[in-house]
Amino acid sequence: MVWLKELFGDYRFTVSFVLLSLLLALAVLSFFSPYDPVRWLQVPRDKPPAWPHILGTNSKGQDVFWEATFAIRNSLIIAFIAGIVSRVVAVLVGFIAGYRGGLVDRMLMGIADALLVIPLFLILVMIAMLLREAMTLINTGLLLAFFGWAWDARTIRSQILSLREREFTQTSLLSGNGTLPLVTKEYLPFTIPLILSTLINNIAWAIGMEIVLAILGLVRLEIPTLGTMLKWAIDYQAMLLGHWWWILTPLVLTVFLLVALYLLSVSVSEYLDPRVRIQRIGTR
Amino acid sequence: MRFLRSYLLPRLIQYVLVVFSGITAVFLIPRLAGQDPVLEMIAQIQVQGSTLDPTAVKSLTETLRELYGLKGTMFEQYLTMWKRVLHFDFGPSFFQFPTPVSDLLRIYLPWTLGLFLTSTVIAWLLGNIVGAIAGYFSHRSWSKALDTAIMFVRPIPHYIFGVLLLILFAYAWRIFPLGGLVFGRRVVFNLALVVAVLKHSFLPALTLVILGGAAWFQQMKLLVQNVKREDFVQYAQSGGIREKTLIFRYILPNAMLPQVTQLALQFGQAFSGTLIIEMVFSYPGMGLLLYRSVTRGDYNLVMGITVLSILTITTAVLLLDLLYPLLDPRIRHR
Repeated sequence: MVWLKELFGDYRFTVSFVLLSLLLALAVLSFFSPYDPVRWLQVPRDKPPAWPHILGTNSKGQDVFWEATFAIRNSLIIAFIAGIVSRVVAVLVGFIAGYRGGLVDRMLMGIADALLVIPLFLILVMIAMLLREAMTLINTGLLLAFFGWAWDARTIRSQILSLREREFTQTSLLSGNGTLPLVTKEYLPFTIPLILSTLINNIAWAIGMEIVLAILGLVRLEIPTLGTMLKWAIDYQAMLLGHWWWILTPLVLTVFLLVALYLLSVSVSEYLDPRVRIQRIGTR
Repeated sequence: MRFLRSYLLPRLIQYVLVVFSGITAVFLIPRLAGQDPVLEMIAQIQVQGSTLDPTAVKSLTETLRELYGLKGTMFEQYLTMWKRVLHFDFGPSFFQFPTPVSDLLRIYLPWTLGLFLTSTVIAWLLGNIVGAIAGYFSHRSWSKALDTAIMFVRPIPHYIFGVLLLILFAYAWRIFPLGGLVFGRRVVFNLALVVAVLKHSFLPALTLVILGGAAWFQQMKLLVQNVKREDFVQYAQSGGIREKTLIFRYILPNAMLPQVTQLALQFGQAFSGTLIIEMVFSYPGMGLLLYRSVTRGDYNLVMGITVLSILTITTAVLLLDLLYPLLDPRIRHR
């Protein structure tokens, strides 16, 4: 239980834990929603927040609060598909390029550099324009995953490069360990904080991209996500008409979600970092 | 000569390769979709109820067939596309028919470049300077407070941050306009225009500077903290070198170099961010053009914007790479 105490000793972790718990609770609530998230005109339109509609209702005749629970859930689904699939690619590419070096390394990094230099957002827009009808939750996640690994593969590779030069690599190889146990037993613990922080960065990027694609009308607009919710609010001039509850809900939720995830990654990677850990044990 | 071979040549090869693969991707994407995009486009235009006269439809179909490379063999089509790219000819825009896409790009690109370069440079300088000072005095309370504040801004996506600023300063508290800066073909420079441009560019630039600067700040702070712990700095410190000299001659040059390399790597992302911010604030750049062309299904224009952006960014990165040896003595003295 010491580790829990240590983690909660960091205010960043506490803040993110509280925020994320709330947001996850919201996402879970969507399963108990009294309304169908896709149907229109289920409640009176444009009502400001008042019981029973605690966040008011929108111009489409939907309850903003219940709509938001679906939006959080769906945005998280997209982000996690994008994050986890692209993590697998990034870890594989980073480990192979870093450990093997030579021509393989140069080819893989060449591809990664090309992906980094080209404004990916435009390529995503072009693809989404052609797939418009197929841009469901899973496909949006996979599309983002397909392009979201380059930066992180580079970061992971540079870490492996520096690990490869250290003494323990030689020690492990000379004592007869194969490459696989070396990589999994010795390198992974060192790279886990890095993988975690790149995962969170990637999730943030995916959520941001989904929002922009939705604003451009390039995802299935009837599926409520943080992006499509904002898109409808902007299309219906929620700002000009003073329906602040409608436009601020997706905005505030997005900010909370991303700040919470970011704080989580900063605090956890600091906690897992072996160098910091040694210092902590010293002070205990 | 050795410098040429070991530094310059790989960079040039990389440049050519990236441009080549990027534009090839633009060529391949429509093919991977597996439907006839031409009929689709035309159907879409007609669904949206815009009236196109038969000649327009015919020439559109022609252009599209050629653009999507649906004439001749795959290889012939590919060559045709390159010819078009080199001549900077992307056919007519659907919605402002028969205005050529290249004309539209010529009007909108300078605005984007202005916003992009200004905000990127300011964000980079500001983030690095403040980050370096905060890194050097990392144990002071103001440095920690600033770090905390930046932590809450850093992860917010461009679009969301832009909309929040727009609501704050243009709706709730009407200081800045909601966008709607319009220009004709010929821009006459006078004081009124300069004021209008500044007014309309301030919020977009501010968003980009805050978000970009936050990232540079954090990286620079870490770098300086690490360099400060290096032996040569410790040695200089104990040798009684003045603090000012220490910061500007010992620490900064060593921390700056990785940041220049990073700047080149971040260009693509920063450019995407600029386009997104232009959409939020209806700033008359390529982002706004992109928004309009996507919502109307103007595929020619989207392709034109993409190709031009790829060329712009890769060239900017190449220039930065060519300047780099001037800064890094390790490369210069090889």
